[in-house]
Amino acid sequence: MSAPLVELLYWEGCPSHPRALAELREELAATGLDPQAVTVREVRSDADAARERFTGSPTIRIDGRDVVDPGGEPVLLTCRIYHRRDGRISPVPDPHDVRDALRAALADHGRTPPA
Amino acid sequence: MTLALGSPAPAFVLPDTSGALHAAGGAPATVVVFTCNHCPYALAWHERIADVARDYAAQGVVMFAINSNDAERYPRDSYAAMKERVAREPQDWPMPYLHDATQEVARAYDAKTTPDVFVLDADGLLAYRGAPDADSDDPGRHAAWLRAALDDVLAGRPVATPLTEPVGCSIKWRG
Repeated sequence: MSAPLVELLYWEGCPSHPRALAELREELAATGLDPQAVTVREVRSDADAARERFTGSPTIRIDGRDVVDPGGEPVLLTCRIYHRRDGRISPVPDPHDVRDALRAALADHGRTPPA
Repeated sequence: MTLALGSPAPAFVLPDTSGALHAAGGAPATVVVFTCNHCPYALAWHERIADVARDYAAQGVVMFAINSNDAERYPRDSYAAMKERVAREPQDWPMPYLHDATQEVARAYDAKTTPDVFVLDADGLLAYRGAPDADSDDPGRHAAWLRAALDDVLAGRPVATPLTEPVGCSIKWRG
């Protein structure tokens, strides 16, 4: 069975991507996936951002689907605003949102995530 | 060029969201915070910084929040957006929110990020520069580094930890 394609897109003007990558790898491991199987791509320019539909750094996509719906946020080289499940504003997504997205992707691939 | 500890902080005269002009000077301690509307770090730290403004007002501490970002590329940081934010959340603004339209003040301070915090002593000399505390995600840290710097300045002591690394979104320069 195949594994989900996991991507992390970042912009260097925002310092949150190392933490986002570390937390993503923790969630990959917790979901039984290879924590190193992340495609990390830098978004360097407005043209890159437009091509990637990049609404801020970091952006995590699983099989092309954002772990947090960006809604109507504009394409921009910026730091992305996330909300923790307890309401706090954060520069990285809530790990629970990442885990839920990974589990949903695993189900799409016909795999059962660990309990 | 980086503003050196103990050196005179650059003077400024900037408008707040009502158009009133503000300048630093005359307070036993002054806090200058470069911030903005669109950055998650600035937003996450905002309430803690505002709490400092409230908690130290009785001791004469004056705080200024300054937005210097390029509003053409980042419209959420426009002067109009600043006004809307303060009008929407007046209780969250115990300090004036100033607009640095030319970015000259940010350049003079060599501000790097939002937030980037500067504490000036009674003589207008730089006594602290850096982050409000160690973690934007942890409200329990209460802007401890900023509070410690203010306590030292108000007590007439050298600031024990005068430099920390500012953490946040890069200032959005024009051009």
